[in-house]
Amino acid sequence: MQPRILPLAGSVTLGLVSLLALTGCVPNASAPGAAHAALTVDSSATACTVSGAEAPAGNVTFTVSNSGDQVTEFYLLGDDQLRIVGEAENIGPGLSRTLVVDLSAGSYFTACKPGMTGAGIGQAPFTVTPASAADAATNAPGDAELSARIDTANANYASYVKDQIGQLVTGTAAFAAAYTAGDDDTARGLYAATRAHWERVETVAESFGDLDPKLDLREADLEEGQDWTGWHAIEKDLWPTEAEAGFAAYPAAERARLAGLLVTDTATLNEKVQPLTFTLSQQTNGAIGLLDEVASGKVTGEEEVWSHTDLWDFQANVDGARVLYAGVRDVLVQKDAALAATLDTRFTALQSLLDAQRVGDGFVLYTDLSTGTVKGLADQVNALAEPLGRLTAALVL
Amino acid sequence: MKGGDSRERKNGPFPRAEGAETPLSREEGDDQADAGASASGTAPAVGAPAKAPRGISRRGLLGLAGAGVAGLGIGIAADRGVQALAAAGAPAAGSTVYPFYQDHQAGIVTPAQDRLHFAAFDLTPGASRADLVSLLQDWTTAAAALTAGHDIGRYGAVDGPYDAPPEDTGEAFGLPPAGLTITVGFGPTLFATSAGEDRFGLASARPDALVDLPHFPGDQLDAARSGGDLCVQACADDPQVAVHAIRNLSRIAFGRAAIRWSQLGFGRTSSTSTSQATPRNLFGFKDGTANIKAEQPAVVDDQVWVGSGDGPAWLTGGSYLVARRIRMTIETWDRTALREQETVFGRTKGEGAPLSGGTEFTEPDFAGTGKDGAPLIDPASHVRLAHPAQNKGVQMLRRGYNFVDGNDDLGRLEAGLFFISYQRRPSQFTTVQLALARHDAMNEYVRHVGSALFAVPPGAARGSYLGAALFA
Repeated sequence: MQPRILPLAGSVTLGLVSLLALTGCVPNASAPGAAHAALTVDSSATACTVSGAEAPAGNVTFTVSNSGDQVTEFYLLGDDQLRIVGEAENIGPGLSRTLVVDLSAGSYFTACKPGMTGAGIGQAPFTVTPASAADAATNAPGDAELSARIDTANANYASYVKDQIGQLVTGTAAFAAAYTAGDDDTARGLYAATRAHWERVETVAESFGDLDPKLDLREADLEEGQDWTGWHAIEKDLWPTEAEAGFAAYPAAERARLAGLLVTDTATLNEKVQPLTFTLSQQTNGAIGLLDEVASGKVTGEEEVWSHTDLWDFQANVDGARVLYAGVRDVLVQKDAALAATLDTRFTALQSLLDAQRVGDGFVLYTDLSTGTVKGLADQVNALAEPLGRLTAALVL
Repeated sequence: MKGGDSRERKNGPFPRAEGAETPLSREEGDDQADAGASASGTAPAVGAPAKAPRGISRRGLLGLAGAGVAGLGIGIAADRGVQALAAAGAPAAGSTVYPFYQDHQAGIVTPAQDRLHFAAFDLTPGASRADLVSLLQDWTTAAAALTAGHDIGRYGAVDGPYDAPPEDTGEAFGLPPAGLTITVGFGPTLFATSAGEDRFGLASARPDALVDLPHFPGDQLDAARSGGDLCVQACADDPQVAVHAIRNLSRIAFGRAAIRWSQLGFGRTSSTSTSQATPRNLFGFKDGTANIKAEQPAVVDDQVWVGSGDGPAWLTGGSYLVARRIRMTIETWDRTALREQETVFGRTKGEGAPLSGGTEFTEPDFAGTGKDGAPLIDPASHVRLAHPAQNKGVQMLRRGYNFVDGNDDLGRLEAGLFFISYQRRPSQFTTVQLALARHDAMNEYVRHVGSALFAVPPGAARGSYLGAALFA
């Protein structure tokens, strides 16, 4: 098994080289300048054998093999033997998993927990030595301070989600009323602006498996015989000239039914998001998830096939990703300032491309974009999403 | 266009004149192509005298007589292989030959080769039943020759009349047989068009199950990449050999049928024999670990071959082929955390072991739980949803290939999986695909853009042709 190597700024010390030689785990040489310690852990029914008891500060890789016959976990604990610095859980019998942690100098403990319950076995001290003066300086954010910032970010994001869904509830009521009343112009005007609240928190909103298909299913996603409800069923009726030949406008009763379901399902969504709390990795993964939504649906014009308001959704997904990023940016600056700088630049670059397509309160319709413009947007989405994908590892390590 | 040539091609474009050449090949038992030729009818080719090529024909060096055991062609294979051997000065890789005339068509339980060229054809407007029959006869003749490593036609690629276009296109000249198999199937539209027209008097012979697959949730099918009256699957260990086969079969079809869509594939994504290591798909995961293998004859009989009572007798011993062009959004997948990638598959990326533990071939334990009682294998994982235990014991023989067809307008690789499966009944595929389309965590990263179903008749007997029983 070849551990994947994360780039680490820092010089290779003699001690590190000899440690690598001792563990027999050869790092991938393709990351120039990377330095890290690699250890193996054998978690058996009765022991938790780590191949070394010491590593230099920086990224440390533990490749944990489960040689027992129960599911196991490996823990790296702080010097109080309680605080979990890193863990690799749910390792089935016979499987291996790699844990990469960024460690500052200090005292730690390693332990395994076959069967996933109880106190664990084989707890042993593990020492991280200062790699160099420079590394010691960069790896010195106070744990308490970091922890407080993370708590703040988590709480802020929960508030943001509730606020957006609250606005979605209000906007949906107005939209549904106009649609039911047959005021199509008003309904069309509210459509994209209201959906933006959904799209800003889409990764959360769509996480309720039963609600997402009721509210946001596209026609292509339908199963034969499935009842089609939600935003896109209404979208087709509001933009009938874009629909296939022979499409018949919905009768008033169907309009009332669809509008009613949209309102009640959105109310249910609102109830469901109230108790939500978030972890740091849920937030960072949410940010990348939103960019993926852009890459797979919006930049291709597949989301709004009748209204062609894909750029509204695009902007809302980016808004949501930027909020998530902004919430954790302080923590990231402490841990990886270079990644923060890259992300800052690329968010700005993507926003300027979107701003160039603004018309009034909204955007150019997707169908009016040139192929070159769409490609430019897609390229910039990739340019942002690729480093954004490193955010979780950078923050959670 | 000169008069005589084109007219005469109509009945048999590349006939092999009986006994006109290559006495050595006949003595040495090279009767495969000859037998096929007699079925196709013989018209004089290209208006040239039937004269033996100078010296010993390349075909004269052949010795393969449809050896009964797959993979035993080494050393006695085709002329092309002999040439390659001489050129390389080493045992020719790719000298495997799979016999063409068998009870079942080759290319199904045959150990999956590395490369694919697949083509769907539509019959030409106005084509008659006789045109269809003659096309199948000519394809049979050509397929027998191609799979044995021969050029097609009487003169092949370079030995024909100087003022005529060569019968064989020539790009496989000097290449070994490369394990080429050619597998032919019949689409629903061959029996009745979507408007209900019975062009070939076959409507009453259509098996009930041979109808378009249902729309699955998320399908974004492109009609131009779906369906087809006929299909030809050419698999080989050398891409040039597979392409050569489709190119020449397409050329033979001109005037009677034309390509509707086609697909190149590389890197087989399934093993169909226990002798093969499990390959990886473009997500980087091992695929088809639990596939049906040729070494499980009872399972193959039960799940792959159409049985004698399943439907019209002409299809007994055949199979149903499902082809799906599945685009992968690999750019998005590539920035997904390893944790999610393994969760989506339900297997480890390195070894391919189920997340419940063990090694690649350990049976997944879907009941196993880990931290906080959560299942070790996610209920929406691909391995669970596709597993026979979740699908009333249904299995398929998968035979798919990776593809990368350049890039799209957005600069994304036009990449994915060209899924092929063989099964006794189309419902085997439908059952599994419905479960996947509804719940598979992988759906976020895949998009089905092409779809086709074909009934694959049993193998041809010597002297007969593929699908003959359908026209009896």
